[in-house]
Amino acid sequence: MPNNTAKNHAIDMSALDRGRNENSLQDEKISLEVRDLDLYYGEKRALNKISMQIADKRVTAFIGPSGCGKSTLLRCFNRMNDLVDGVRIDGQINLDGKNIYDRDIDVARLRRRIGMVFQKPNPFPKSIYENVAYGLRLAGIHKKRVLDDTVEWALRGAALWDEVKDRLHENALGMSGGQQQRLVIARAIAVKPEVLLLDEPASALDPISTLKIEELINDLKNDYTIVIVTHNMQQAARVSDYTAFMYLGDLIEFDNTDILFTNPAEKQTEDYITGRYG
Amino acid sequence: MTGGAVAICVMLVIGLLGLIAVRGLAHFWPADVVQASYQVPGQAPMPVLGEIGRSEEVGTARLKSAGLPVSDQQSVYQRSLIKVGNRDLYGSDFRYIIENWLQDRQHPEDVTVLERLEWGNLYGWVIAVKQEGQIVAQDEAAWPALRERLARATDLHAQIAAIEKGRIGAINYALEQLRLEQRRLELAGKLNAEAQAGIDQRSAALKADYRALEADLLELYTELRRDSVVVRTMTGEEVELPLAKTVRAFRPNAMGPVGKLRHYFSKIWEFVAEDPREANTEGGIFPAIFGTVMMVLLMSVFVTPFGVVAALYLREYAKQGLLTRTIRIAVNNLAGVPSIVYGVFGLGFFVYFLGGSIDALFYPEALPSPTFGTGGILWASLTLAILTLPVVIVATEEGLARIPRSLREASMALGATKAETLWRVVLPMASPAMMTGLILAVARAAGEVAPLMLVGVVKLAPSLPLDGNMPFFHLDRKFMHLGFHIYDVGFQSPNVEAARPLVYATALLLVLVIILLNLFAVRVRNRLREKYRALEH
Repeated sequence: MPNNTAKNHAIDMSALDRGRNENSLQDEKISLEVRDLDLYYGEKRALNKISMQIADKRVTAFIGPSGCGKSTLLRCFNRMNDLVDGVRIDGQINLDGKNIYDRDIDVARLRRRIGMVFQKPNPFPKSIYENVAYGLRLAGIHKKRVLDDTVEWALRGAALWDEVKDRLHENALGMSGGQQQRLVIARAIAVKPEVLLLDEPASALDPISTLKIEELINDLKNDYTIVIVTHNMQQAARVSDYTAFMYLGDLIEFDNTDILFTNPAEKQTEDYITGRYG
Repeated sequence: MTGGAVAICVMLVIGLLGLIAVRGLAHFWPADVVQASYQVPGQAPMPVLGEIGRSEEVGTARLKSAGLPVSDQQSVYQRSLIKVGNRDLYGSDFRYIIENWLQDRQHPEDVTVLERLEWGNLYGWVIAVKQEGQIVAQDEAAWPALRERLARATDLHAQIAAIEKGRIGAINYALEQLRLEQRRLELAGKLNAEAQAGIDQRSAALKADYRALEADLLELYTELRRDSVVVRTMTGEEVELPLAKTVRAFRPNAMGPVGKLRHYFSKIWEFVAEDPREANTEGGIFPAIFGTVMMVLLMSVFVTPFGVVAALYLREYAKQGLLTRTIRIAVNNLAGVPSIVYGVFGLGFFVYFLGGSIDALFYPEALPSPTFGTGGILWASLTLAILTLPVVIVATEEGLARIPRSLREASMALGATKAETLWRVVLPMASPAMMTGLILAVARAAGEVAPLMLVGVVKLAPSLPLDGNMPFFHLDRKFMHLGFHIYDVGFQSPNVEAARPLVYATALLLVLVIILLNLFAVRVRNRLREKYRALEH
């Protein structure tokens, strides 16, 4: 029974949100557009009619309690949910006006355009160099010069070059957690994606590494559209331009980060960001 | 409790290996030769000359029932087995004696043991060396002359063997190929005068080569037959032994520890590196070692890709449902099928069906003698590959299941397809598990005998499955195998006592071969593990 009321309530609110979003994003170029996205794990509905827009070359953060669907939504952008058994998706996500769930989409190419970094650092058990070159080799680049240059460029981009330039051919698993996570970011940007999806990229790291990652995100947003999922509201406030608050599969509120944190329109949002939520 | 179980297991293994090693390796030590006089009470004394072997206590009653005049006052007697050799003279190499009745034991230094190509060892005193029937050295001078001439004979032997096995073998092989070519043309109806002339010409050239070699051989044989040695045995007969039939001569009683050690290692080397002689009871077992290793390697080549592909399908591609579960259960159960059943399957499917079809299609010229339609190393390897397939599948599947999902996702997120992810990330990381499967497979396959007896193992293979004649690998050939060799030497041999130590030695070698193969695989696996140690965290 309480579940039911929450749902009704949420639908109302999301309708309101949509109106507000368009206002706040008016001056932005839109990179990704989500339209009426539903997602089911088997019978269970995990995302309810999500509609939102992701601004180009901006950082968009998804916040919300565990299980609210923010990671699931993130994984919809590069169709990682296709790999999970029993997932069904309705609705659209448009990238440059083209629905990425259309039949004629080459998923591998889509994932090269929309890169992803996961919660736990997951470098391959290969050398640092081979990790960064992995996506390039997949894309059919085999010239050593090009590979060398791109690997260096990506490692510099991920603020890692100076730390690893002397041990590029050592196993990546010998690096620290923070370094590994930056390596994974380097690996993702090496294929020059348009969008970078970060799924709680700093949650497994110590504060200093977290700081480095956050600085990196600030640098990267000049060149990439970034979508970040985070548990940490301070982090969202620090790094993002736009923030979406999600709860139980609903998009409750989506707005400019400053507005959402200082003057939320929804009671639920306010409760969550002030820490009154269970 | 658990520690105790482990300790017992370790002790059992060490004990078993120790027993095999001691029994097997002791065989090659040049034992002292005892000269004595053996007097059964109430009979005339008999001279005895030989090596005293194992000895045991035997109850008086048993000896009495065997017709020996034992006294009832003594309840047990020490009975020994003595190797007197000279099988051509006495009918048997071994003789049982009662220790108490052996008198005047001596170890004369000039007793000579002659290893022969036939009839086993000859024990006695060298009294003369002859060249073309004329005595050239006698008494004291005979021994050095014998050694010198024996070295020459051994050298000639090696030359003859090289010609016979190498060059004449190659010519015979070429002639056989030529015959088959002619038959092939004949069957195809293309054998016109021109082709026939070509074949005749090549055949004539080969035969000319052969005749030239034959002349060489004849000369060598005449040379080889030149010398002989006269030996007086313990019973006083004088035996003339051509040096052509002598393998080595030595005086164990005159040897110092260094000499004995040298002799020991030369015997072990002979055992490991040479062909068997005398119905496998003498000489070496090199063809069996070679056959075993080659068969296991071939089996690995067959079973690894097949098992890995099957595991990949089951784990990565197949829909997990009733069908895959059934297949998995079936695979696991295959591991429990008795190996002889695989042998029967191999005989029926590979040898008769596949081999028969291959012969009919590709080797009609050789029929009715089969090429692949009979047991051979290819079919034996394939049979064992099927036998060990479940192990590889199960191990690989477990390895695949242990690859973290996060790494697969990382690869997919970079734009890899499923196949690319498998090939570049999952398979390399699962390779240690595949090696584990292969290690288990090798351990099982190398020791397997029963199925092999049906699909290609023989007591004595005339040639190795790998030689210098095109196409080098002769996968249709039959081969020798250490496991089967143990069975053959131990239980099919006409000379059980002579063969017994060889059973231990061969068993030791088989265990060593398996251990070496396994160590090699374990090393490879550990290197792979070190390389892909992401799984540890």
